[in-house]
Amino acid sequence: MKLYNGGKILTGLIIFVAIATFPIYYNIGKVNAKPEPKLDTPAIQQMAESERKCVESKAYMRAEHMQLLNNWRDSVVRDGNRQFINSTNKHYNMSLQNECLRCHSNKKKFCDECHNYMAVKPYCFDCHIAPKEEQKS
Amino acid sequence: MLEKALVGSKKYWAWVFFLGLLAVSGCYYYYRQFNYGLGLTGLSRDVSWGLYIGQFTFLVGVAASAVMLVIPYYLHDYKKFSKVVILGEFLAISAVLMCMLFIMADMGQPMRFMNIMLHPTPNSVMFWDFLVLAGYLALNLLIGWVTLGADRKGVPPPKWIKPFIYLSVPWAVSIHTVTAFLYAGLPGRHFWLSAIMAARFLASAFAGGPALLIILALLVRKLTKFDPGKEPIQALGKIVAYAMFLNVFFLGLEFFTAFYSNIPGHMESFVYLYKGLEGHHELVPLMWASSVFAAVSLFMLLFTSLRKNEGTLALACVLLFASLWIDKGFGLIIGGFVPNMLNEVRTYWPTRPESVITAGIWAIGFLVLTLLYKVAVSVREDTAGIEIEH
Amino acid sequence: MSMDRREFLKMAGISSILGLGVSAAATAQNILGQGIAPDKVITNPEALTAKHWAMVVDMSKFKTDEDFQKTISACHTTHNVPDFKNPDGSVNLKDEIKWIWKETYEHAFPEEDNPYMDEKLKEMPFLVLCNHCEKPACVRVCPTQATFKRPQDGIVMMDMHRCIGCRFCMAACPYGARSFNWRDPRPFIKNENKEYPTRTKGVVEKCTFCTERLAFGKMPACVEAAPKGGLLFGDLADKNSEVRKIVETRYTIRRKPNLGTGPSVYYLIGGNEHA
Repeated sequence: MKLYNGGKILTGLIIFVAIATFPIYYNIGKVNAKPEPKLDTPAIQQMAESERKCVESKAYMRAEHMQLLNNWRDSVVRDGNRQFINSTNKHYNMSLQNECLRCHSNKKKFCDECHNYMAVKPYCFDCHIAPKEEQKS
Repeated sequence: MLEKALVGSKKYWAWVFFLGLLAVSGCYYYYRQFNYGLGLTGLSRDVSWGLYIGQFTFLVGVAASAVMLVIPYYLHDYKKFSKVVILGEFLAISAVLMCMLFIMADMGQPMRFMNIMLHPTPNSVMFWDFLVLAGYLALNLLIGWVTLGADRKGVPPPKWIKPFIYLSVPWAVSIHTVTAFLYAGLPGRHFWLSAIMAARFLASAFAGGPALLIILALLVRKLTKFDPGKEPIQALGKIVAYAMFLNVFFLGLEFFTAFYSNIPGHMESFVYLYKGLEGHHELVPLMWASSVFAAVSLFMLLFTSLRKNEGTLALACVLLFASLWIDKGFGLIIGGFVPNMLNEVRTYWPTRPESVITAGIWAIGFLVLTLLYKVAVSVREDTAGIEIEH
Repeated sequence: MSMDRREFLKMAGISSILGLGVSAAATAQNILGQGIAPDKVITNPEALTAKHWAMVVDMSKFKTDEDFQKTISACHTTHNVPDFKNPDGSVNLKDEIKWIWKETYEHAFPEEDNPYMDEKLKEMPFLVLCNHCEKPACVRVCPTQATFKRPQDGIVMMDMHRCIGCRFCMAACPYGARSFNWRDPRPFIKNENKEYPTRTKGVVEKCTFCTERLAFGKMPACVEAAPKGGLLFGDLADKNSEVRKIVETRYTIRRKPNLGTGPSVYYLIGGNEHA
């Protein structure tokens, strides 16, 4: 079977493969450290060890925090309900700025750690004010 | 059939390149607007819609005008339109595409456009506007492609396309009625709060669209081997004449209600547009130009000997198109926002980025039109002399 | 089976459209999500509730310019409303954002035309804000329900997350109560309130009757900051509320009532001695 315009097709194919695999060979050899979100904020340090619990478990939050935040957003903004009862019957104020970031006040060393690694850019912080991070002495 | 758009003369490629350049400039300025925000335009808290929405409004009318070819040909068997219906359908595609681009350019959060679909809101006219425009685009793409493909093979189009063609007639009327409803149902803005908005929109659409089609048909005859024929152009000329008469008449009706009732809320926008209000008369020369063009073109269209002469007909169409573009694409929108809801006169003028983005979108529209017409004309040139049954 | 180029392209086209359609539907499902189970969410017990929140404005209590500034500032500072000023100090009318502001009588009530009216009366300042209408035109036109009327208390609310920035609501509002973020507002926020978000470019904003304060038992910021009795806030549906009693027994006017919007902000004429 004859391949008509074979020269053009093969050239185009090679260029396409080069572009499509660019992210792979561009990053070969680059060191990408595993993300290590830090929990050593003043608010968390002040709590007793046994009290240091997030709204839900670490595993749940890691997988579902965005879904949780979306649900919180709809509940607060659209339904007007602001108190959340978690799976252990504790009550929380549904607010990214005033509840989540109250404890996790180190966006750069917590939120951004994993987000940067995953190349995820949530635009929450375009509006929701992240707490100013102090210099650690 | 698309491959027909990839071969052409030097002039064809020069034109495509020129449009491409304009489109790229538009894209560059849109990139800047996307990063800075819509503050890069001349829009303000008081005049929150401007050139983009005006162009969208005007182009919905142009898109709806394809129906002026479809009705005579498909519903009344007016065989003289057989060769030009495709030109109308392809113009509709290009116009609706431009409408959608102007909406995207005007949105503050364009990345959220899916919200209209994810959260349907039947009480919102804009929700329906989006639906009918998308549907109209799909309809015209389907109809245009299928009928042109059939013509190319020298056979009548398949029977199943007929219901879609019949559907496109009320659908075309609906897209412009719904667009008029965007304005005609807003309680505070008396300049727009008029039952005749939808009728005015349709009349100006059926004048402006076919006028553009006449110009395009004459250009096609001049630049290609495809001659749409003298009679279709004359028939279109008559349609334009009647529609323009209605359009001018309806505008006169609006003037009467505003000024005979002497109600300030109804008069003030007209005064701003045609005379100036509180020292602001930015739009006065434009609006009077629009009126003069409208009167002259209407006279030329009604005078049979001038209409029969294709040279004067073309001139009349150009004047008419310009007149409607100013009136519907600019004056109508700004008039609704001046004076503002607190009776203050705050004005608006487009900025350079805004104008370049507008020109860029027109260029994209004309580019799509050029490519589609190239396909249509090539098919016609190939099948010249073959009579097609519909 | 041999396939020509046309057939191949048709198949490829239809498969991609189907594929895109299915993945779009799946994404939509994911975005819309399941929501929280209703038993996991409650309203704050200390929240102020009403069937129909309304405001009575008594301009006679606003005596000095400072009275106005304090009231307007309280709102704009609490809510991180940016302050756009031109280099010469005048207000940038193009980009300005305001939730509550001062207008003269002439502009707040343009339908009340009296050529012989005392200039002093014409220029008399009135505080204007979103009227949280009973039949809001803005809600009627919003294509995404980004602005909506809360069924529980009648407040016309803004969901900045959903707003697509089409500005149809701004065209529809007969009172000019809405502002748009024509650019990023953050550089223009004078004193950031860390407990309330800012907005980003491309969304519309307006007064929300301080739903975030009502939820914690506090009165709206403007009501608290206004001189005593200047702004009265209460439940119009409650026969015993102060606002209801005033509206029933005293002469009050609303802005453009003939448009059928049913504004919930009433302006008291004649002053209220029992403040």
